[in-house]
Amino acid sequence: MKNRFLAGPYLLWMAVFTLIPLGIVVYYAFTDSITGAFTLENLAKIGIYLPIFFRSMGLAAIACVICLIIGYPVAWCIAKASPSRRRLLSMLVMLPMCMSFLLRTLAWVALLEDTGIVNQALGAIGLGPLPLVRNNGAVILGMVYNYLPYMITPLYTVIMKIDPKLEEAAQDLGCSGGQVFRRVTLPLSIPGIVSGITMVFVPAVSTFYISQKLGGTGTVLIGDVIESQFKTAYNPNLGAALSLILMLMVLICVGIMNHFSSDEDLGEELVVQ
Amino acid sequence: MMKTIKRTAVLLLTALLLVPCLSGMLAAPVQAAEVTINVYNWGQYISDGSDDCIDVNAAFTEATGIQVNYMTYDTNESLYTKLKTGGSPYDVIIPSDYMAARLIAEGLVQKIDFSNVPNAAYIDEAYKNPAYDPTSEYTVPYTWGTVGVIYNQKYVDEADIGGWDLLWNSKYAGKILMFDNNRDAFAIAEASLGYSLNTTDEAELRACADLLANQKPVVQQYVMDQIYDKMIGEEAWIAPYYAGDFLMMQEENEDLQFYFPEGTFNFFVDCCMVPACADHKAEAEAYINFLLDPEVCGENLDYLGYSAPETAAKEYMDPEMVENPIAYPDEETLSRGEAFIYLPAETNQYMDALWLEVKTGGDDTVRMLIIFLAVVAVILAVLLGYSLRKKRRKARRGTYARS
Repeated sequence: MKNRFLAGPYLLWMAVFTLIPLGIVVYYAFTDSITGAFTLENLAKIGIYLPIFFRSMGLAAIACVICLIIGYPVAWCIAKASPSRRRLLSMLVMLPMCMSFLLRTLAWVALLEDTGIVNQALGAIGLGPLPLVRNNGAVILGMVYNYLPYMITPLYTVIMKIDPKLEEAAQDLGCSGGQVFRRVTLPLSIPGIVSGITMVFVPAVSTFYISQKLGGTGTVLIGDVIESQFKTAYNPNLGAALSLILMLMVLICVGIMNHFSSDEDLGEELVVQ
Repeated sequence: MMKTIKRTAVLLLTALLLVPCLSGMLAAPVQAAEVTINVYNWGQYISDGSDDCIDVNAAFTEATGIQVNYMTYDTNESLYTKLKTGGSPYDVIIPSDYMAARLIAEGLVQKIDFSNVPNAAYIDEAYKNPAYDPTSEYTVPYTWGTVGVIYNQKYVDEADIGGWDLLWNSKYAGKILMFDNNRDAFAIAEASLGYSLNTTDEAELRACADLLANQKPVVQQYVMDQIYDKMIGEEAWIAPYYAGDFLMMQEENEDLQFYFPEGTFNFFVDCCMVPACADHKAEAEAYINFLLDPEVCGENLDYLGYSAPETAAKEYMDPEMVENPIAYPDEETLSRGEAFIYLPAETNQYMDALWLEVKTGGDDTVRMLIIFLAVVAVILAVLLGYSLRKKRRKARRGTYARS
């Protein structure tokens, strides 16, 4: 009873700022923008925007994989460092996040554009301007750059919590370094991988600022379409419908991911083994 | 005794705590006189005191004591959305002609009390009772202007200029900018195809959308205010934009040139209005009146490069600006200009949908789908393989345990 009382403020917060807005989104998604009558037309329009959903999810998925490949070794190094260095390193990972996200993305534009710093430097040594910006690669770069800390942080927390005795035991039982990693560290860090992927994928798939600044005319993401419905086209109903569909797709993806990480308690099983 | 001291202390502390509240109450009437009006204008659309020019908002505050909270938007459509969704009490807005008509039609603005705007007498006859506000009750013209093509003479061949087709020229692929709002973008396609800039014919609009989709591969980005940095920094070489902004850009980069394309182009008037939700109508009207003052108007527009709707203001402008054929084109050129009118809601919505189609259509969608599915398949395969192995191990363990 007491516990429920303590959770009260959050429950109220959630009701006011999550559930009610969600209800409004659902209401808008199922109503007509002009007459306000019930309609499925907004949701039916998903067919037109399906390619953009795929583009958003494709780019976000690639960004996720790159974040994982870059982030895992970093997280591992931080977790294995001495406590004082660990604090410094994890602070360095978080440091860029202290600066405005918009500013950091704009800085990339200034670096990469045709008349930007990188291309000017290349020009000075006689290399022609390279198309570094306004393509899918630049959008993925923006996503990886901005969301990498979201991958490293959960990974590092999980890896740090792995009991070093388990790894020592594996070594005592004759595992080589690679085997210890493959059979002990990696399986035990799967919860971190799953939450890292979720934390990168969810914001990346719905981003619009990164694609507007670093992308070109061919890299419009679903976030851009939703933004335009609210900002300029004044069709909040279509915007709400697209948001709802995006939310469902993300929930399905996250659900599948979580299914694999939580079907059993991995740590416990490993100890038994 | 102790008790009394404590009680006194508590009373004193309470009194002390009340002091700020009391002083707040006393000061309140004084503060109330200091009104702040919310002015919502286009980006880069007022003289802000840079380059030794007039700072209009500061001068207004100095003259009247009314504070100005100045905010900007980048398209008529985003202004409309802000007003429509409500919750933002703007006192003065400056939409373009067709949006002014739409705001009047939808009751989002209120009539201006012209007894508070005596300077309206300076407005030229040509800008009174316009089509978008036939009785001139809701609007006061701020500036007028035209849309043409800006290009950088360092990179663009003089032989290629002359028409709207420069914006489709694949020779300059990746260096061409385009309007990021449907009305202006469609107007260029309509002018290229020889249609009216106010067509409501769905087949014609469809043809325009196709033409804009054809242009997409050569377009660097769809932009509005970003055009300044991009053209001045030579990141882009060709862009359609408002003539007034061109004059400002040319001051920063002298290689920039401008021309009125053959055929039609958009002629527009941007006007001051008072939204229905305004909290300080009288102060808003004082602000509008201040903008119309010939001296303020002249100095403001001298800096902006946009054209003045009152001849009296020209006295306060640089003679070079008054003679400028881009700011004040000759009769023959002006006669080719066509103003936007308010289109029916269905046409607006159809245009919105077509514009979204233009912007979102892409040729790499299939590739993206394949990549996405491949990534998902790899992740699933790894996870599945892992869980299968685990199950197998568990089964094996089961047999060990039994044996």
